[in-house]
Amino acid sequence: MAFGISHSPFGIDMRIHLRVWRQASPTSKGELVSYTAEGVAPDMSFLEMLDVVNEGLIKKGDDPIAFDSDCREGICGTCGFLIDGVAHGPQRATTVCQLHMRSFRDGDTITLEPWRAKAFPIIKDLVVDRGAFDRIIQAGGYTSVNVGGAQDANAILIAKPTLEQAMDSAACIACGACVAACKNASAALFTSAKVSHLALLPQGQVERASRVVAMVTRHDAEGFGSCSNEGECEAVCPKEISITNIARMNREYVRAALVRGR
Amino acid sequence: MTLDSKVPGGPLADKWDRHKFESKLVNPANRRKYTVIIVGTGLAGASAASSLGELGYNVKSFCIHDSPRRAHSIAAQGGINAAKNYQNDGDSIQRLFYDTIKGGDYRAREANVFRLAQLSVNIIDQCVAQGVPFAREYGGLLDNRSFGGAQVSRTFYARGQTGQQLLLGAYQSMMRQVEKGTVAMFPNREMLDLVIVNGQARGIICRNLLTGALERHGAHAVLLCTGGYGTAYYLSTNAVNSNVTAAWRAHRRGAFFANPCYTQIHPTCIPVSGTHQSKLTLMSESLRNDGRVWVPKEPRDHRPPQQIPEENRDYYLERKYPSFGNLVPRDVASRNAKGVCDEGRGVGDSGLAVYLDFADAIKRLGREVIAGRYGNLFDMYRKITDEDPYQIPMRIYPAIHYTMGGLWVDYNLMSNIPGLHVLGEANFSDHGANRLGASALMQGLCDGYFVIPYTLAHYLGGTQFPAAAVDHDAFNEAESSVQQRLDAMLRVKGSDTPRQLHRELGQVLWDYVGMSRNDAGLRKALTIIPQLRDRFWQNLSVPGDPNNLNKNLEYAGRVADYLEFAEVLALDALHRTESCGGHFREESQTPDGEALRDDANFSYAAAWEFTGIGAAPALHKEPLNFEYVKPSQRSYK
Repeated sequence: MAFGISHSPFGIDMRIHLRVWRQASPTSKGELVSYTAEGVAPDMSFLEMLDVVNEGLIKKGDDPIAFDSDCREGICGTCGFLIDGVAHGPQRATTVCQLHMRSFRDGDTITLEPWRAKAFPIIKDLVVDRGAFDRIIQAGGYTSVNVGGAQDANAILIAKPTLEQAMDSAACIACGACVAACKNASAALFTSAKVSHLALLPQGQVERASRVVAMVTRHDAEGFGSCSNEGECEAVCPKEISITNIARMNREYVRAALVRGR
Repeated sequence: MTLDSKVPGGPLADKWDRHKFESKLVNPANRRKYTVIIVGTGLAGASAASSLGELGYNVKSFCIHDSPRRAHSIAAQGGINAAKNYQNDGDSIQRLFYDTIKGGDYRAREANVFRLAQLSVNIIDQCVAQGVPFAREYGGLLDNRSFGGAQVSRTFYARGQTGQQLLLGAYQSMMRQVEKGTVAMFPNREMLDLVIVNGQARGIICRNLLTGALERHGAHAVLLCTGGYGTAYYLSTNAVNSNVTAAWRAHRRGAFFANPCYTQIHPTCIPVSGTHQSKLTLMSESLRNDGRVWVPKEPRDHRPPQQIPEENRDYYLERKYPSFGNLVPRDVASRNAKGVCDEGRGVGDSGLAVYLDFADAIKRLGREVIAGRYGNLFDMYRKITDEDPYQIPMRIYPAIHYTMGGLWVDYNLMSNIPGLHVLGEANFSDHGANRLGASALMQGLCDGYFVIPYTLAHYLGGTQFPAAAVDHDAFNEAESSVQQRLDAMLRVKGSDTPRQLHRELGQVLWDYVGMSRNDAGLRKALTIIPQLRDRFWQNLSVPGDPNNLNKNLEYAGRVADYLEFAEVLALDALHRTESCGGHFREESQTPDGEALRDDANFSYAAAWEFTGIGAAPALHKEPLNFEYVKPSQRSYK
């Protein structure tokens, strides 16, 4: 099937062949279906190209391709699928909503598949259920401070380099690319980013030991695999979260065993 | 109906303390007997859910996303204001209050704004205690920057990801309550109706977006924290799933919609590049701290920017507003960008853009400092446009960003429907006709962490609740009306996609209810909108299974609501013949083209009551009384 009209102001349109994973429901069988997107402008984002394909499908009365997206500026973490086997596609440090068609060539054939992991069941087509991430945070990814009792913000001094390091970890958007890229489907990068963010800061010290144990336990219970230090997660992470976080989480976990009264 | 704002008596600075003391309380042991529905999990919704959960209420939280952490508050870049005066530069609660009232062009309620300024300091304390990584100085103290429209440095920030970090703080607090069992989380749910029993908001009907099932949820109070309506314009800086549906459904059930014509058009967005475009990307306003805005002096000067010498450039904001320069408030900056483009001096292929130039700042401070301040924004710009802003000036153009209008609420954040509370961007309360930069995050968290815990207790503690189980007739009626509407959309089987109709509506709103409005244009919009609505119901196409994930069906329902809402938006703009803040009526301007208010006739909030589709809504006025700030012509010269 081919869709599209010219969307490029300069007429440098591309034709893109797509092979897309279509799966009607969590329990039905899926398959790769071929589509052709015509009139693709290099300035289009990847998702805008899919919008055009979907417009064509709707007009024909067919079910459009289901994919998730929201902010379309790379911060909400909603979008993401595998493009030719790579989470979020070929561009480093880029979510799929920020990937533009100028990264591809006229005539390219591109295969799109959902994140594949036991802990992320497929809902439909390219959409998966990432609720397990929320449950990992629920296990301890916070400081237990109720509203109302906080001291003056400047009473807590934090060295700038420490703060910057914590911010690097806190930048995770929970998109799930790390899990999709990992051969063990481990969520170690996601979990360790939150463990690190809070372990590095003074505010996180009180629950430092109990937090890491609770979060790692929940991670395992959700069906994510173990980390075997391949580094694939770091390579696809749109926010460039470093695997140093995983090393820190492992240290924190060992340290927790030595802390009394956690 | 008279609108009672319920502003407490006494001096401005004492009102909130006095109100808290006079408010009813709910005994800790009784709180779990009260169920509170919270729709939306952005800053307002997540902070309300966590604080009410901590207090012991039985909270049910709903969001359309797969996770509460994805709410669009996450995309806010620049920062959050607070009157901490950590920089010793003359800030105070009084000054933040004054700046916000003035910035809102004297169309906000004084008592609400003062409370916001007072509570702003507590927000920062709470967020830091949660571990929000705000930027720090080398000595370990918090850093601040100045932000559009302010002459003091009161903005706290976390790189260009302030909204993300604040939302994660609130989300994490909420997830802690989920673990404790005080908050029940319902993701992938869209509220499609409000249920009113005996005049009180007692529940919602929502659709499970994964299974298509309609669900009934009952409660003692309903909190709408569902954001603004900027996506009515199709192209905006909002997330593509942000929508007006929950607020509009509540409006159809009787909640008044106030000041919908107050829309904020943000001056620094990446210009439109083609018809395929699905959204516009904001470049944080903080860029104007170091970037200089200019266009060529002569119309149709198509030379590349580097080849245009200084003497042929017009730094028009610095020229026209010497004391604020590039930091004038958003409405002023946007209108001026449109002005120079209308004169044919716009740049880029479309001629609908101005330059934001960092060459001087890079020369003065070095590339490294600029990268430290704006690195992620520069990267984002380069990814989208394929141009390097370290070398070539950015091209920017205004886009719909935030909506100051929203459901009418009193001082307690309660709408005219008892029990229906509205928080954050979804209400109309604190920003008047124009919002200052870094004030949205402040308001969302203020409402959720520090206002609603008191005002909701006051409502619950002082109200009798007759039985209203989910098999009550009101639930039956609401669910069947939702079902009928869904069936009607599926029945059409035409050939227009929701996106197509949405895009056309957006173009009409942008052209006639956009940056500058006039009588003839608004009347034209009011004739086109009903035609588009008719087309929707005659020629819509929604294929696929309604009992499964069906994003096109969700989208169609939202577009149906935009097509009803847009009429009130245009009507409000038509009725308000003055200019104020983000609402610029061409008929009402000063000799030098600035917005000219008409306080004698329009010093009120316009709250519209639904009377039927295509029927003229009824106008209710809440007069604005300024006891502490004397309204004056806003000047940033």
